[in-house]
Amino acid sequence: MPYVLSIVTFLPLVGAGLVALLAALMKGDADRRVSIAKWTTLGVTLATLAVAVGLTASFDPSNPGYQFVERAEWFSGAGYHLGVDGVSVLFVLLTAFLLPLCIVASWRSITDRVVEYMIAFLILETLVIGVFTALDLFLFYIFFEGGLVPMFLIIGVWGGQNRIYAAYKFFLYTLLGSVLMLAAMLYMAATAGTTSIPELAAYAWSPAVQPLLWLAFFASFAVKMPMWPVHTWLPDAHVQAPTAGSVILAGILLKLGGYGFLRFNLPMFPDASQMFAPLVFALSAIAVVYTSLVAFRQTDIKKLIAYSSVAHMGLVTMGIFAANAQGLQGAVFQMLSHGLISGALFLCVGVVYDRAHTREIAAYGGLTDRMPWYAAVFLFFTMGNVGLPGTSGFVGEILSLTGTYQASTWTAFIATSGVILSAVYALTLYRRVMFGKMTNPAMATMTDLDWREVVVFIPLIIGTLWLGFMPGVVFDVTDASVQALVSNYTAAVGG
Amino acid sequence: MDLNAILMLLRPELTLAIGAMFALMLGAFAGERAAGWVSLICAVVLGLAAVFAATGPLGAAFGGAFTADRLSVFAKVVLFLAAMAAVSLGHGWQHRGGRPRFEYPVLIVLSTLGMSIMVSAGDLISLYMGLELSSLALYVLAAFNRDDAKASEAGLKYFVLGALSSGILLYGASLLYGFAGSMRFVDLAVAVQGGADPAVLFGLVFVIAGMIFKVSAAPFHMWTPDVYEGAPTPSVAFFASASKMAALVLIARVLLGPFADAAEQWRQVVVLVAMLSFAVGALGGLRQRNIKRLLAYSSIANMGYALLAVAAGGTIGLKAVLVFTTLYVIDSIGFFACLLALSRRGNPIETIDDLAGLWKVKPGFAIALTILSLSVLGMPPLAGFWAKVFVFGAAVTSGLWVFAAIGLVASVIAAFYYLRIVKVMWFDAPVGEADRSPRDARWLAMACAAFSFPLVLLALGLLDGRAAWAAQSLGLG
Repeated sequence: MPYVLSIVTFLPLVGAGLVALLAALMKGDADRRVSIAKWTTLGVTLATLAVAVGLTASFDPSNPGYQFVERAEWFSGAGYHLGVDGVSVLFVLLTAFLLPLCIVASWRSITDRVVEYMIAFLILETLVIGVFTALDLFLFYIFFEGGLVPMFLIIGVWGGQNRIYAAYKFFLYTLLGSVLMLAAMLYMAATAGTTSIPELAAYAWSPAVQPLLWLAFFASFAVKMPMWPVHTWLPDAHVQAPTAGSVILAGILLKLGGYGFLRFNLPMFPDASQMFAPLVFALSAIAVVYTSLVAFRQTDIKKLIAYSSVAHMGLVTMGIFAANAQGLQGAVFQMLSHGLISGALFLCVGVVYDRAHTREIAAYGGLTDRMPWYAAVFLFFTMGNVGLPGTSGFVGEILSLTGTYQASTWTAFIATSGVILSAVYALTLYRRVMFGKMTNPAMATMTDLDWREVVVFIPLIIGTLWLGFMPGVVFDVTDASVQALVSNYTAAVGG
Repeated sequence: MDLNAILMLLRPELTLAIGAMFALMLGAFAGERAAGWVSLICAVVLGLAAVFAATGPLGAAFGGAFTADRLSVFAKVVLFLAAMAAVSLGHGWQHRGGRPRFEYPVLIVLSTLGMSIMVSAGDLISLYMGLELSSLALYVLAAFNRDDAKASEAGLKYFVLGALSSGILLYGASLLYGFAGSMRFVDLAVAVQGGADPAVLFGLVFVIAGMIFKVSAAPFHMWTPDVYEGAPTPSVAFFASASKMAALVLIARVLLGPFADAAEQWRQVVVLVAMLSFAVGALGGLRQRNIKRLLAYSSIANMGYALLAVAAGGTIGLKAVLVFTTLYVIDSIGFFACLLALSRRGNPIETIDDLAGLWKVKPGFAIALTILSLSVLGMPPLAGFWAKVFVFGAAVTSGLWVFAAIGLVASVIAAFYYLRIVKVMWFDAPVGEADRSPRDARWLAMACAAFSFPLVLLALGLLDGRAAWAAQSLGLG
C-alpha cells in the first residue's frame, strides 16, 4: 500500500474531523450524537489498527534500515519525512492496539462532553503514531510536543478532583524538558544543514558538542520517561487523569522517552552516551529501588501503579544505555510489555473506580467474593507486573538486567533487588484490595466484570501471554535494527 | 532620476497620503453620516497601496533618503494588510458604540503612511519623520475614547513617554550626524567601516533606545500594559501588529544596514534588551488578570524574541525577523478580534475569568482562542512555533545559543499564562450567556485562527521563500 505510513498516522486525525462533522450535523439529538461519535471513533481506531497490523505484517525484518519511507519537500526549515524501522513499527502497533481498548473502556465512564473526548483521543493517536513514524527532526518535535495539548485537555476536562493542578504540572514539566531539546535540534539543523534523522545519525558530531546535545535531549526524554528525580509529575497526572487517559499515558506516552533515547541519544551521540552511562545507571538504579519503596507506601491505587511505572522504566533506561544487544532488546521488549501490563492495571483500577468512585486502597478489601472474574484478571496483571515467568514482564526484565549486568554489575545487582520490591508492593496491593474481610459496606454491591470490560481485557491477556511465551515474535522484528544500532555504537566508541 | 520614476517609486505612499486627504475631506464635508464610507475608502486605499507596493519598482529616491527595496516591499504588504484589518475592526467597534467618527480610519491610514516611510527610510531624517508621523497618529488613536478616563490616561502616557523617546532618538541621531558628518545610511556605513568608534556608538545607543521604545521592549516597556488596557481595542490591535512590525523592520534596517560593521558592538546592547524583555514579559504576565494587560506582557516577550533575531544578524536573522513578525501580526490581530467579538450583556470581555466556560456558549471562539493562545505560546505545529523556530534557529546559527536557550526557558514560564486562558475556557464552569458576535470581528478572528492552524502549514513555504527574498536586500552575507 503506498503512503501507508501517512495513512496510519493521519487516519485518526481524519477520523477526528469526521466525528466533529457528524456531531455538528446532529446538533439537536444529543443521545444519537454521542452514540454516533463513540461508534465512529471506535471504527476509526479499529481501522487504524488494521492498517498498523498490515504495516507490521508487510514489514521486512531482515532489513535494518528504515522502510516505507516517504519523503517530500516542505520548506527550507523542515521536510516531510516518514519511515519505520524494526523498533518503531512495533510502537505504532502498540499505539494502534491500545487506542480501541481505551475507547471501549471509556464507553460508559465518560458522560460529559463525549464528542470532544473522542476527538481529543483521535488527535492524540495521530500525534503519538506520528512520533514513531517521523524521520524529520522538526516533524518529530511537532508530534512529540503536540501531544501535550490533547493530554492537557484530557486531564483537565475529564480528570478528577485536583485535575487542574495535575494538568498544569504535566504540561509545564514536559514543556521545560522539551524546549531544551528544541534548542539542541536547532543547533543540529544549523550545523549539519539537514533535518533528516537518518542523515543526522550519520553525521559525525564532534566529541566537544556531544555532551551538551546529549544533555538537552536527555532533559526532554528523561522527563517524559520519567526518570528519577524528574518523575514527580507522573503520579499527579495519573491519579487525576480519567482511566483511558492513564492507559495512554502509561502505555504509550512514557515510551516516547525510551524511544527518543533509542532514536537520538544513543545513535547520534555515542561518545556522550558512553560518558553519561554511569549517570543513567545511577539514576535508573535509584529509580528502581526508591520508587518501589515509595510505591509500597501509597494509599492511592493509581499512585501506586504510577510509581511502579517509574520503577519499570528504570529498567528500560539502564537496558538502553547498557548499549548491548540484550540490553536494547530487553528495553524495547520491556516497553512493549509494560505498555500492555500497566495499561491493563490502570484499566483494572478503572473497573473498581467506576463502581465505587474511590481510589483509596483502604476503602477496598475482600472483593474476591463479589468479583471472582475480576480477581483473576487483576491477579494475572499483578503477576505480569511483578515479572512472573510466562508473562511478558519476565522477558523484558530478565533481558534488560542481563544486558545491564554486562555493562555494570552493581547496577544490575541493585536493580534486581528492586525487582523483589516490586513483588512486595504489587502483592500487598492485591492482598489489601482483593483479600481479607469486606469491611466497607459499600463494597457489598460491587458487581463482577460486564461483557464490555471482558472484551477490553481479553486482548490484553492474550498479548501478555503471547509475548511471554513467544518473545521471539518481537525479537524477529527488532533484531536487525537493534544489531545495527549496537554495531554502529561500538564502532563509534571504538570498542 | 526623473519625476515620473520617483512618483512610481512613491506610489504606495502617495496613494495613502492622497487617499487619507480625500477621506478626511469627505468626512469633513459630509459629516459623521459618512463615517462608514470613510472606513470603506480607507480600507480600499490600503488595499490599493498594498498592491502598488507589491508590484512597484525597486530603487532609491531623494538622494537615498527613501529606498524601496525588497525588505520594504515585504514589510509594506504586511503592514497595509494589518492596517486594513484594524480599519475593519475599528469600523465595527465604532458602529456598535453609537456615534461613529470618521477620523478613526483616517488616523490609521496616516499612521500607516508614517510606518511606510519608516520601513523605507534611507537616512536619519526620513527615519525620524516616519516615526513621528506614525506615532502622532497612534497617540490620538490611543486616546480616541476621549470621555473615558482610562483611554485619556493611556493616550497621555503614551504621548509623554513617546515624546521623550523621540527626543532621545533625535539626540542620538544628532550625535551620529555630528560624528559621521552625514545623515545618509550609506555614509554612516562608510563611517563605521571596520567597527564604530565610541562616539558613534554613543549616538547609536540613543537611537537604539528610541526605537526600542516603539517596539516596547524592556527596559522601555513601562507604558505598554497601561496603554493596552486603556486604549480602544481596535487601536491596540493596530499598535500590537503594524506598529510593532514597522519599528522592528526599522531597527533591522538601521542595525543590519549601516551599522552592520559595528555588529559586535551593538549586539550586546540588543541581546541585553532581548533578555530583559524575555524576563519582564514572562514574569510580568503571570499575575495579570486583565487580558489586554496580559497581551501587553506577551508582546514584550515576543519583541524580545524578534530582537534576538536582529542580534543574530545576517540574512538568516533578517529573514527570521520578517517571518516572526508576520506570524506575530496575524496572531495578535486574531487575539484582539476575538476580544472585540466577545461580550456579555454588552460589556466587553476584560478579565481572563470573563472567558470562563466559553466552550459551552461559544465553542467556535473557544477553539479560535485556544489556537491563538497555544500559537503565541509556541506549541507546534502552530504559527507561533514556526516563528520561534526561525528566530531561535537564527540565534543558534550565529552562536547565540545560550541566549536562545534562555529565551526558550522563558517561553515555558510564559506558557503558564497562555495555558490559563485555555484552562479558563475549557475547564471552568460557564458564567452565563455571551452576546451575539459582530460579523466583522468574528470573521477576522476565525480567519487569523485558521491561519495559525492549519493554514500556516501550507503557507510556510511561501512565507519562507518571500522572507528569504526580502532578506537579501541589505547586502548582508
